[in-house]
Amino acid sequence: MIDLRVRERPDLRPTAAAAASNGQTDIVLMARGLSFWYGDTQVLDGIEIDVPGRQVTAIIGPSGCGKSTFLRCFNRMNELVPGTRVEGAVVFGGRQINDRAVDPVEVRRRIGMVFQKPNPFPKSIYDNVAYGPRVNGFRGSMDDIVESSLRRAALWNEVKDDLKKSGLALSGGQQQRLCIARALAVEPDVLLMDEPCSALDPIATTRIEDLIRELCEQLTIVIVTHNMQQAARVSDRTAFFTVTDAGCGILVEHSETQKLFTSPADERTEAYITGRFG
Amino acid sequence: MKETAEPPPALGAALTPRKRRAVTERFFQLLFFTCAAVSVLTTAGIVITLLGETIQFFGEVPVLDFLTGTRWTPLFASQHFGVLPLVNGTIAVALVAISVAVPVGLLTAIFLSEYASVRLRSVVKPILEVLAGIPTVVYGYFALLFVTPILRGVFPQTQIFNVASAGIVMGFMILPMMASISEDALRAVPRDLREGAYALGATRLEVVTRVVVPGALSGVLAAVILSVSRAIGETMIVAIAAGLQPRMGFDLLSSMETMTAYIVQVSLGDTPQDTIEFSTIFAVGTLLFVMTFVMNVLSDFFVRRYREAYE
Amino acid sequence: MSAAPTAAAPAPPSSTAAGVWRPRKTLRRWLGWAFQGLTIVSTLLGLALLAALLFDVFRDGAGQVDGHFLSSYPSRFPEQAGLRSALLGTLWMLGLTAVIAFPLGVGASIYLEEYAPDTWLTRFIQLNIANLAGVPSVVYGLLGLGLFVRWFGLGRSVLAGSMTMALLILPLIIVASREALRAVPDSLREGAFALGATRWQMVRRTVLPAAAGGILTGTILALARAIGETAPLITIGALTYIAFDPQGPMDLFTVLPIQIFNWVSLPQKGFADLAAGGIVVLLLVLLIANAAAVALRYRMQRRLQ
Repeated sequence: MIDLRVRERPDLRPTAAAAASNGQTDIVLMARGLSFWYGDTQVLDGIEIDVPGRQVTAIIGPSGCGKSTFLRCFNRMNELVPGTRVEGAVVFGGRQINDRAVDPVEVRRRIGMVFQKPNPFPKSIYDNVAYGPRVNGFRGSMDDIVESSLRRAALWNEVKDDLKKSGLALSGGQQQRLCIARALAVEPDVLLMDEPCSALDPIATTRIEDLIRELCEQLTIVIVTHNMQQAARVSDRTAFFTVTDAGCGILVEHSETQKLFTSPADERTEAYITGRFG
Repeated sequence: MKETAEPPPALGAALTPRKRRAVTERFFQLLFFTCAAVSVLTTAGIVITLLGETIQFFGEVPVLDFLTGTRWTPLFASQHFGVLPLVNGTIAVALVAISVAVPVGLLTAIFLSEYASVRLRSVVKPILEVLAGIPTVVYGYFALLFVTPILRGVFPQTQIFNVASAGIVMGFMILPMMASISEDALRAVPRDLREGAYALGATRLEVVTRVVVPGALSGVLAAVILSVSRAIGETMIVAIAAGLQPRMGFDLLSSMETMTAYIVQVSLGDTPQDTIEFSTIFAVGTLLFVMTFVMNVLSDFFVRRYREAYE
Repeated sequence: MSAAPTAAAPAPPSSTAAGVWRPRKTLRRWLGWAFQGLTIVSTLLGLALLAALLFDVFRDGAGQVDGHFLSSYPSRFPEQAGLRSALLGTLWMLGLTAVIAFPLGVGASIYLEEYAPDTWLTRFIQLNIANLAGVPSVVYGLLGLGLFVRWFGLGRSVLAGSMTMALLILPLIIVASREALRAVPDSLREGAFALGATRWQMVRRTVLPAAAGGILTGTILALARAIGETAPLITIGALTYIAFDPQGPMDLFTVLPIQIFNWVSLPQKGFADLAAGGIVVLLLVLLIANAAAVALRYRMQRRLQ
C-alpha cells in the first residue's frame, strides 16, 4: 500500500555538496523529501540524504527518532505493515524505487537487510543461506554460493563441517553472521543493518564490526545504531536524526563521521554526542 | 497464590467463630474438589462401562476374530464379528472429510492470517465459526437431501446413501476447527522470520509456502490429526447419509457403515439388551474411544511442540 | 561479485562466477496472484456452503413452521405431524442439564483456579478435562447407557439423558469458567485477603461477581451445544415417537434433533419437509441461545468499561 504523492518532481541528482565531498564516490541511495506516517501519526518529516557507494553510513539518534523506520523505507519493508504511508522519493541507482511501478521484491533483492534480532529460519545453515538464491531463481552451483556467502560473512570456518545443523543451534553472534551471509547470498548492492549488534555480547559485536569494515569494500552499507562509539568505529559518514516535540523524526545533520563527531555543525548534534541529550 | 495456609486468626477473637470459619473453609474446598473430581470419575466411568461390557463380549468372541475379521453380521442369523468393515467405512468417510477439510481449511487459515485485513478477518471468522455450531443432524439432512442429489446428477451410479456425500459435508463441519487451529499456528510464526524472508526478495507466496507454513507445520499437523479424530467420532451425518451396510473397499459412491452409525443402528433397533448382539456396541465403542484418544494425545503433543518453539 | 553500483542504473547481477540469476519476476507475480485467488476461493467455499445449507433448509422448512406444527404431536401422517413433544423434551432436557452441569462446572473451575495446589493430582485433573473434550459424543451415550440407564436404574428418562448431556458439556463449561475466573485481576483477590476475608469469602464476594458474566456466557454456549446433540441421547435410548408431554424427570422423552433425525429417516414424501421445518425451529432456538450469550457478553464488557 504505497500512497505516493510527490507534490513536486524531486530532483533526482545528488546534491552538489555531496558530489563535491565525495569526488571519487558515486551516490547509490538518495532520499528526497521523505515523510512517513503510521496511520495518522507522522514519524518522519522531509528527510533528504545522499548515501555514497562502498562506504558505511551510520544513522544515529535518540530512540523514537524514526531511524529504523527510515532505514526500512530503503527496501520498502514498511509496506508490510498495514496503514502506513510514504511521501517523497527514495532513489536507488538513479531510479525512484518507492513507486507503484517498481516491484518491491526486486528492490529487496538488490537492497538486503539485517535485523536487530538475529532471525535465522528454523532450517539448516545451508538452507538458510540458499533460501534467497532459490527464490530468486539462481541457476548454478548452490554449494559455491553458500560457501562464498558464508566466507564473506566470516562464518565458513566455524560451520563448514555441519552445514546441516539448524541455524537456531548457533550462538547469537553466529546467528547474526548467518543472517548476514543469507543476505549476501542474493548479491545485493546495498546492505541495510538495523542495530545488528544490539542483541549481542561485546566479543560478537567486535566480530560483526570487523566484518562491516571488510564488507564495505564490496558493497554499500547503511547501519542504524544506538551506540555512538559503534558509529564512530565502523562508519565513514554519519547522519544524526532527532525527534521533534510532536514526535516526528527529522534529519539534523549528515557529514563525514569524523567531522560530525569532532565539529558538529548543529548544536542539537553536539548536545547529543556529548551526552547532554538522549 | 494457591497457598492453603489458613487466614491469620483475628486478634482476640473467640475460638468458636474461628473454628466454625475453618470448618466452612474446609467444607467448600472439599465441595469444589469433588466437582473437579467428577471429571476424573467421568473418564473412569467411560473406561469401566466400555471395558466391562467389552470383556464380556470378548468372552464369547475371540479378540483376534473381532480385530481381523472382514465380515460384520452380528444382527443376522449367521453371526460374524469382524469389525474391519466398520473400521473401513469409518476410514473411508474420514478420508473424504479430511480431503475437504485439510486443503480448504489450511487455505482459509492462510487467507485469514496472511492476506485478509484485520477488519475482513473479524467479519469472516465468526461467520465460519457458525459452521461449527450447526447441529450435526442438520448436516445429515443437507448431505442426504442436497448434496446426494447433486452427486447423483453427476455420477448416476451413486447410491442414495453414500460415503462421498456424508464425507464432503462432514469436511465442512470440521473446516472451522481445522482453519482455526492452523491459523493460530500460522500466526505464531514470528514476524521477524517473515521480514527476514521478504528482505531477501521473496514474494508473499514464497514467504508463506517456504517460511510460514513450514514454521507452523507441527500446529498444522495437530489440526489435521484432530480433524481426523473428529471425523472418526462424528455420528449423525453418517447415520443419516452414509447408510448401514458394513462393507470393505473404497467405492465412495456406495453405502458403507461406520462404527458410530452402527452404534446408532443398534440403539434404535429392538435388539434385546444383555445379549451378545447388544454388547457389540460397547466393543465398537471401546475401539472408537481408543482410536480417538490416541489421536487426541498425538495432536496435543504437536500443539505443545509449536508452542514451545515460539513462546 | 556484482557490478559496481553507480548512480547510473546498475545492471542487475545477472551472472556471477558461480551461476546465473533468472528471477522470473512475472511468473512469480502470477503465481502469487493465483495462490491468493486460491485462498480467497477456499474461504468463499466455506461461506458458500453455509449459505447453501441455510437456503436449502429455510426453503424447504420455513413454510412448515406454524402454530399447528409447534403444538401437535408426531404422527404417521405428515400433514398432521408436529414437534410439540420434541420441543417440550428439549426444554426439559435443557433445564435439567443446566441444573446438573452448571454447579458442577463452576465448582470444578473454582477449585482449579482458586484452590488447587500445583500437584500431580491437579495436573492430572486438568489433562483429564482436556481429554474429555475430545471424546466422541456417542461414547458419552454408551457411558449414559451403562451408568445411568442400567446401573442407576433411571431407564430411558429425561433425567438419564440430562445427566449424560451434563457430563458431555462439563468440559466446555469448565474451560469457559476458568477463563472467566482467570480474567479477574489478582489485585481484587489480594484486596479481599487484606481485609481479612477467608478464601471462600473472597471467592464468593469478590471473584464470582466479577466473573459471573463470563461464566454465564460460557454456560449458555455449552447448553446450546447440548440442544443440538443427538447421538448420545439416541444411544441411551431416547425414543423417536412420543405422543405425550413429559411430566417429570423420570418420563420418557424425545428432543428436537431426534425428531428431525426420525423424519429424515422416513422415506415417505412429506416427512423430509417436516424435518426441514424441525431444523428451522432448532436453528431458531440456537440463534436465541447464541444471541443471549452475545448480549450478555456485550453487557459485561460495557460494565467493565
